[in-house]
Amino acid sequence: MIASNTNGRPDLSVDFCGVRSPNPFWLASAPPTNSGYQVRRAFEAGWGGAVWKTLNHDPIVNVSSRYGAVDYDGRKVMGLNNIELITDRTLDVNLKEIAEVKRDFPNHALFVSLMVESKRETWHDIVKQTQDTGADGIELNFGCPHGMSERGMGAAVGQVPEYCSMIVEWVKEAAEIPVIVKLTPNITDIRAAGRAAKQGGADAVSLINTINSVMGIDLDTFAPKPAVRGMGSHGGYCGPAVKPIALNMVSQIATDPDIDIPISGIGGIQAWHDAVEFMLLGSTSVQVCTAVMHYGFRIVEHLISGMTNWMAEKGFATPADFIGKSATRITDWGDLDLNYKVVAEIDADKCINCGLCFIACEDGCHQSINIESVTEKEFLKRTPSAKDRVFTSGTDQYTYGAGDGYVNIYTINQDTCVGCNMCSLVCPVQGCISMKEIDTGKEPMSWREYQELLAAGKIDPIEPPEHV
Amino acid sequence: MPARNSKPTLKQLKDNFADVHPPLTPDEAVTEASRCLFCYDAPCTRACPTHIDIPNFIRKIMHRDNAGAARTILDANIFGGSCARVCPTEVLCEGACVDNTMLNAPVQIGRLQRFACDAAHEESFGFYEAGAATGKQVAIVGGGPAGLSCAHELRKQGHRVTVYEARKVAGGLNTLGIAAYKITTDFALTEVERVLHLGVDLKLKSPVDGAGVAELLDTHDAVCLAVGLGNTAALGIAGEDHKDCMESLAFIFQTHEKPLNKCRIGKHVVVIGGGNTAIDAANAAIRLGAESVTIAYRRDRASMPAFTHEVDFALSSNVDFVFHAKPKRVMTKAGKVTGVRFARTRLQGKGRKAKLVAVPNGDFTIPADFVVKALGQEPLDDLVTSISKLKTNKKRRIVVDQATGATSVRGLFAAGDCQADTMEEVVNAVQRGKIAAAGIDAMLATGATLR
Repeated sequence: MIASNTNGRPDLSVDFCGVRSPNPFWLASAPPTNSGYQVRRAFEAGWGGAVWKTLNHDPIVNVSSRYGAVDYDGRKVMGLNNIELITDRTLDVNLKEIAEVKRDFPNHALFVSLMVESKRETWHDIVKQTQDTGADGIELNFGCPHGMSERGMGAAVGQVPEYCSMIVEWVKEAAEIPVIVKLTPNITDIRAAGRAAKQGGADAVSLINTINSVMGIDLDTFAPKPAVRGMGSHGGYCGPAVKPIALNMVSQIATDPDIDIPISGIGGIQAWHDAVEFMLLGSTSVQVCTAVMHYGFRIVEHLISGMTNWMAEKGFATPADFIGKSATRITDWGDLDLNYKVVAEIDADKCINCGLCFIACEDGCHQSINIESVTEKEFLKRTPSAKDRVFTSGTDQYTYGAGDGYVNIYTINQDTCVGCNMCSLVCPVQGCISMKEIDTGKEPMSWREYQELLAAGKIDPIEPPEHV
Repeated sequence: MPARNSKPTLKQLKDNFADVHPPLTPDEAVTEASRCLFCYDAPCTRACPTHIDIPNFIRKIMHRDNAGAARTILDANIFGGSCARVCPTEVLCEGACVDNTMLNAPVQIGRLQRFACDAAHEESFGFYEAGAATGKQVAIVGGGPAGLSCAHELRKQGHRVTVYEARKVAGGLNTLGIAAYKITTDFALTEVERVLHLGVDLKLKSPVDGAGVAELLDTHDAVCLAVGLGNTAALGIAGEDHKDCMESLAFIFQTHEKPLNKCRIGKHVVVIGGGNTAIDAANAAIRLGAESVTIAYRRDRASMPAFTHEVDFALSSNVDFVFHAKPKRVMTKAGKVTGVRFARTRLQGKGRKAKLVAVPNGDFTIPADFVVKALGQEPLDDLVTSISKLKTNKKRRIVVDQATGATSVRGLFAAGDCQADTMEEVVNAVQRGKIAAAGIDAMLATGATLR
């Protein structure tokens, strides 16, 4: 495929329910879209769209403090949660600023998130007031898991498919612009909520909203995090740590034939490749919050740059060329090929002899990595590339990775390796441990096919593997 | 950069001797700790002579368990805080770190170790208690790192321990003999206190001679010699006895014992030698306010036993090096040192054993008003030779069973620099002290006793 636009660079613009956006990167309805000041700064920085922080007829009152984070071994904010509610500004002020921003940025996608009490007239009123601003669309906040749900709004609606359908119907009675339903992940099967949104007439869905969470406990005060005068409440969890959960839910919605409406993907997107993954699973646009709360609007430059270069490399001219490309790659376990086999392989020239693969395999997996302690001299003989690791200090020579006169060499026992990937996941060196496909000499056979063949007496049961 | 004006103030001098590797802040420590891969059978741990479980203590720092981290360190090395400061980590733990291969920068193990030990030191004092009394009594001759490490292990086992120390303070070279910009006397003494906390009978200003050792052998269940080494070897040249031609250890001792503005120093200093002590002396001389400091070494750069990182550090402190210079005499005029006369040498052959020959008519002079002799320490021959049946090697070091520290004399053990099987770092001395203690404990457990 060859990029078709005039200057040869991929065109990142997307069409979402008829709304054009210069790129698929939108700000999620959240603190970064709380005001006209912020949304202007975001659009100036390069964001393609924004979903204005959820409006209600009356501003709410927030607590202090509001956010909590999970750090992981030295990296900050792997996950973030909040107990902040919807907008704390008046409806008039918000609507005025939305109109001004839309007027000044006519080519950006501007959606407005709404959440009101479950009354038909109340919904009609706010929908009409919102579309009078010139906003491009509406997002219904049926996902907020804290604070508003106790008042019968947010996730309280999203968790009950009948309510969801009913309110979407009310909204659609008044709406002349596209309506997105934002889905909560705090539900057993997100497809039920997605189908309800579709039945109610939603034009699109966005997911996932935040996940119910308690972030931690302060070990000195015994108070939860975040704490309000020593007390806490469950809040909405998001950030890089939730991405895999979101991807799974996006793929469930994207592959459900009863839903089949555009998706705006949300959940832990912080890099361009995260966004691409959401789009490969069927998202037309993506929404970002935590990464912006952490680093600011400026990160959109990285998102645009990375996606553009990746598309150019792959020969994709527009996002439409790859949206949904991987959605059908996710299937039931029972349809996976039992006769496909990979085994690990360690590149001795890249191995730094840290032993992480060994201990992971030995204690947690399948005991298929050999450890051999050899003298430094023998190590250097066997691994010529390791000469770069030798250094002289004073009149003596030393070798990085050696100690007490020896180096541990690790190799895979490919006869017992089950191809679980774990060693390659823990290896700190890029490309050092790779998973190689080996020819089993067998035709592909899924578990379902295996069950059928067994029942028909056409195959013997597969022998359990021999373990060490 | 050290102050180079001719009359530095005491404050400037103190600044000059400030920590070379300043302590990590808690945030820095956690960030640095997060770089550790947590290797299995970690090369750093193997490379540490005391085999501190390094990934284990680093992970404890990362998870904000500083007391646990310190315990892991001190379990293996009761002088963990000192070693964190004075170890040549570049060629030990950090030299083995596999992060060298990926980032060309090892995890800063030494600074993390210092962080944990300092934090633990601030929070509490004693980590260890004496074991239940065994009734056995051990004498240790020498209260340096080897002797105190031995004492510590023996007390944990419940044996009574008396330490005889010749100097007026304990801790040996770790207290007084290491460059003051690496470790302070105050800190070194806190780790001595940690050992004494177990109830060690420490006798200061109590030198022991050959007859004394014989007496200790008669009156104790075991004796450990941990006397270290003696004075720096003499140059064997004219003029070296001048008061401004100082022996390197005495030169470094004064930076611990005296106010820095009372230390003896000249304007132009020549340091003779090519080992790590020569480097320490030269760096100290610069920091004491010398205008020029030159290290003169008789062989070439590659033959210098001093660690590369130490040489680089000296270069960065503006120390000059002159190679192929063999001292012939310390020149004096009107009672004052005026310089050192050298023969220009060249090497016949390669490596450390290459023959050194003088270049004809190659003599030259380096002007100097102060000289430091740093040829390396000599064994305490008087003591060692006066102990009957005590075997020594060609270098006049005491021969020991590597696994137990036992000497050729029944009941007599040896640890640290005075015995043959060691590198001369504090960390090696600590390990040899542990080994001798285990050897003594094993011997006592068999019921064998000298009495």
